[in-house]
Amino acid sequence: MFESFSAVTDSAGFLLGGVLTTLVLVGLALLMGFLIGITLTLGQVYGAKIIQRAVSVYVWFFRGLPNIVLLFLFYFALFPFFGLSNMPAFLVAVIVLGMRSAAYQSQIFRGAIQSIADGQMLAARSLGMTKWQAIKSIILPQSLRLSLPGWSNEYPVLLTDSSVAYVIGVAELLTRTSQVISRTGEPMLLYLTCAVVFILLNYGGMMLIQHIEKKVKIPGFGENECEQI
Amino acid sequence: MSEAVNITVSSGGFDAVVQGIIDYFVSQIPFWQDILLPALFDGLFVTLQLVLLTAPFGFILGMLVAVSRVYGPKPLKWLAKLYVIFFRGCPLLVLLFILYFGLPSIGIVLGSYLSALFGFILCNSAYNSEYLRGALQSVKQGQMTAARSLGMNKIQAIFYVIIPQALRRALPGVSNEFIYLIKYSSLAYVVTVIELTGAAKIIASKYFMYFEAFAAVGIFYLVLVTIATVGIHFLEKKLAIPGVSGVINK
Repeated sequence: MFESFSAVTDSAGFLLGGVLTTLVLVGLALLMGFLIGITLTLGQVYGAKIIQRAVSVYVWFFRGLPNIVLLFLFYFALFPFFGLSNMPAFLVAVIVLGMRSAAYQSQIFRGAIQSIADGQMLAARSLGMTKWQAIKSIILPQSLRLSLPGWSNEYPVLLTDSSVAYVIGVAELLTRTSQVISRTGEPMLLYLTCAVVFILLNYGGMMLIQHIEKKVKIPGFGENECEQI
Repeated sequence: MSEAVNITVSSGGFDAVVQGIIDYFVSQIPFWQDILLPALFDGLFVTLQLVLLTAPFGFILGMLVAVSRVYGPKPLKWLAKLYVIFFRGCPLLVLLFILYFGLPSIGIVLGSYLSALFGFILCNSAYNSEYLRGALQSVKQGQMTAARSLGMNKIQAIFYVIIPQALRRALPGVSNEFIYLIKYSSLAYVVTVIELTGAAKIIASKYFMYFEAFAAVGIFYLVLVTIATVGIHFLEKKLAIPGVSGVINK
């Protein structure tokens, strides 16, 4: 099995392109999930009743469906239905992964916002801030820091989920590995390499995130204290 | 779809639109009744089989890994840690490909169903072991000392004193993993197991009914996941230790 390691080295450039695609896919989905997720959270916590309902339905939908079904639904059914049948698979994958991640992220942020006592909001309002100002400069800066440990979990989840984009033919790492295998026929070696690369990306990314976590942490304001606020 | 649109354009008027939509749905009934739903129920059976077979094995294996990570000797600890790093870090789809396409090249042919099942068990156990490890470590050290001082040996103490307490604390995590399991069982489709997603994909490509097939399979998954969530919530309430795990009741 391992006699021809050249199968990997010969297509290293091609596979590295796959790694890049995977990382861009994950990065864009994380960003999109963050932006939509924050909006959803604010809607769910501070919005009118009907908005709260709508957000709950969104979260229920995107958390209840498997990734693969969402990808199929958007790629083969929803986008063509709205006349976007030649939407690139990569873009569909970013949108689906991002919208799905938004559902998960919104719940992380919601937990953090709700853990900040209502007193903060009342104090800000009593100082003459509008509701929006209070959210923007009092609630969010605190709650986003609090939600970082939970949020950093989104990266490994999205990284492993991004490989599912294989089913709609996005040229990410797994797809490219399979393409190389169909040419050289070294399935065990190449898939194991692919697995190891994913594991390295996973733990490398986690280390980076933990570093950032330490950077933005307010001294003396750790996870343990969050109950006492 | 095009039928409905044609009717709207030709006659206009609200009634005609409604009539067109109704006509469209009526014309769909035979397809759903005779083709789509039977296929999906067959697929549902396979999905349930996969999930219900994976869950107990994944739990037991996860427990073994967690116990050896917390209480095992050094080499076993490292082995368990490596196990968790590999199976948590590697995407499930890659794992399935290794089992289904990779293993035959070194002479082990599992077939699609068994590779899916083994893949799920390995992945599920790695995630479960993390929740269980956290729970085992959250049981205070004194419990072990007390059990040992009563004359229990280490295995008895783990089995009768530590695990019963840890299990309840691990329940939210483990049950969450069960819900994830329902969802990632759909990946078995990629290694050609005809479960829910596979059945829907086949019907969709054969009859060119992508929207209908995936909407239907989506409803199936939503119902499955919702039922599981409600059931698990009930279980968590039932098993909560009053005053200790009161947070769950909130």
